[in-house]
Amino acid sequence: MEYIQAQMSLTIAVCVKRVPDTAADKILDPSDFTLERDPDESILNPVDEVAVEEALRLKEAHGGEVTVVIAGPETAFKAARKALSMGCDKAIHLSDPLLHGSDAEAIAYALSCVLRRAAYDLILCGSESTDARTSLVPPALAEHLGLPGLCQAKKVEVDGQRVRIHRDRDQGYDVVEAPLPAVVGVNWGANEPRYPSFKGIQSAKNKPVEAVSAADVGIDASRVGLAGSQSEVLGFGARSAERGRILVDDRDGQAHVRLADFLQERKFI
Amino acid sequence: MAPALVGTPDVWVILDHEDGVPSKVSLQMLTAARGLAAQAGGAAVAVFCGTGWARAKEVVARFGAAGVLVSESDVFAGYQTGPTVETLAGLIGERHPWGVLFASVPFGKEVAARIGARLGLGVLADAISVAVDGERPVVEHAAFGGSLVVRKTLRSGPYLICLKANAVAAEEAPDRGAPGLEEEQVPASTSDAAKRAVVVERVSTGAAGRPPVDEAAVIVSGGRGLQDPANFSLVEALADELGAGVGASRAAVDAGWYPHSAQVGQTGKTVSPQLYIAVGISGAIQHRAGMQTAKTIVAINQDADSPIFALSDFGVVGDLFEVVPKLTEELRKRRESAG
Ligand SMILES: Cc1cc2nc3c(=O)[nH]c(=O)nc-3n(C[C@H](O)[C@H](O)[C@H](O)COP(=O)(O)OP(=O)(O)OC[C@H]3O[C@@H](n4cnc5c(N)ncnc54)[C@H](O)[C@@H]3O)c2cc1C
Ligand SMILES: Nc1ncnc2c1ncn2[C@@H]1O[C@H](COP(=O)(O)O)[C@@H](O)[C@H]1O
Repeated sequence: MEYIQAQMSLTIAVCVKRVPDTAADKILDPSDFTLERDPDESILNPVDEVAVEEALRLKEAHGGEVTVVIAGPETAFKAARKALSMGCDKAIHLSDPLLHGSDAEAIAYALSCVLRRAAYDLILCGSESTDARTSLVPPALAEHLGLPGLCQAKKVEVDGQRVRIHRDRDQGYDVVEAPLPAVVGVNWGANEPRYPSFKGIQSAKNKPVEAVSAADVGIDASRVGLAGSQSEVLGFGARSAERGRILVDDRDGQAHVRLADFLQERKFI
Repeated sequence: MAPALVGTPDVWVILDHEDGVPSKVSLQMLTAARGLAAQAGGAAVAVFCGTGWARAKEVVARFGAAGVLVSESDVFAGYQTGPTVETLAGLIGERHPWGVLFASVPFGKEVAARIGARLGLGVLADAISVAVDGERPVVEHAAFGGSLVVRKTLRSGPYLICLKANAVAAEEAPDRGAPGLEEEQVPASTSDAAKRAVVVERVSTGAAGRPPVDEAAVIVSGGRGLQDPANFSLVEALADELGAGVGASRAAVDAGWYPHSAQVGQTGKTVSPQLYIAVGISGAIQHRAGMQTAKTIVAINQDADSPIFALSDFGVVGDLFEVVPKLTEELRKRRESAG
């Protein structure tokens, strides 16, 4: 990806993911351990809203265009639709049965094939998804594209040819800077995402959506899907944390003694 | 991507450290690596990138590393992941260890993800347990807010595994008479491409001293029930008595009572401490998503119907303003009388 400065406007891609609503039941398909996603119970990955908002603010400040990119089946597009109704200009939807069961590294490779087709100045992602929570996609994507990856950003600034972020750390942050183009993983705290307006929701329906297949973007089929993924799910179980569920009422003002006994029994003191 | 034909059955531990002081996760990784290496037929080997090796050396030996690859350079801290990725990818690609353990913290996961993408290897992130089954590793990983535990492996090695804090308890190596740590210096590799993301400045804010929530073995968290930011001092006093980290619910964070870096839950940190004490927290599903894999859960809440009690090992129904100070005092007394 060669960066050519035509004018000071930003060509931005923002990658979003559809995740199950935490409050909904999750069902894994027992035949291949992939997630059966009920489209009505899935949402735009919450932190991706922050990434979308950041993309829109950068566009508002510098001019340019925001493309939302999503990989997933038909039903996943709902998440991208929300990003469009927030104000993104257009969408690319990578959808292909070949991708079914791809792990994070495989998805990152697939997204890199989509993103390679245009000269984006900035590729924004959320810092992590709520279902897999791996955070692997943004750095792996940066690696596939041969770009610097700036993750955990709670502040993003673009200044001429460079992007500068505040990278969240416990008890502080690092200021990290890289030349464009770059991949940035946006974290909570960067901004307060806007709600889609009624007008936004209406106009989202008419925004351009490019649907592409794996072959369209030159994805090597042997590197995606269940068979092309390095990770293999062996099994799963409901978290059967057998909790003691001892309940003590403090009516007698002595519950702290019982609790101290409990902590001592379990060797925490 | 051909499987490693030649290689070593060693298990490498990429040390997570602050200027030579290994983090707790590093000691836990060294402990895990000894067990894995014994089964894989190799040795536990530490890998040190950064500055301050002299400070780390003794601890690394005590926790049973048979060897160490040392790349002492300040280039690692100056650039975001680039030199670390390049140096480690070079070593892993060349020597093919059986597996490589990274700390499952943002930096460790980023490095692992990039190495995976560069070498065509898979990555197992957020492992809450790790074992060997036959030739391959098996990890457990909590998915969908901890409501499911998924067992995973990788098809071929070198196996890149990110281990979460407190997945294993750190234990020093028993064989103290073992031969000394075998040290090998390796150069840092620093192409121009690796030096694009520059760390311009490191800004430290606020209270150090308490362990961060994603590392702490014990966490005391406060929620809206505290009613006022000043009352977080009750939670902090209890935490300090237990040597714990301090967490917060989103309600407390959104109200500006505590920083987001302390938030536990779906949109905060996911933690698996030995002990989690929820104070004035109702236990909303998004909060549970971040803490329900804790080994022991204690809740203090005045509402007996609060959902937090459904996943508690020990619950106190009572006023936190009564119970918490008395508990802190009781623990202090017991500590002092135990000498
Ligand atoms: C997309 C999304 C993401 C979210 N992410 C997170 C997340 O990451 N983390 C998170 O925590 N939440 C998250 N939430 C919010 C979550 O739904 C809850 O609103 C939040 O966890 C409530 O915080 P709380 O338990 O402190 O407050 P409340 O639910 O108000 O509970 C306060 C509790 O304190 C008790 N109490 C009050 N006074 C006393 C007293 N004197 N003594 C003892 N007990 C007392 C009450 O009985 C009550 O149970 C998220 C929500 C959404 C929609
Ligand atoms: N299928 C996908 N399509 C588009 N973007 C994705 C997809 N999966 C992950 N991402 C991006 O990568 C980020 C981190 O996701 P993860 O690595 O799954 O925790 C998300 O917040 C998205 O920005």
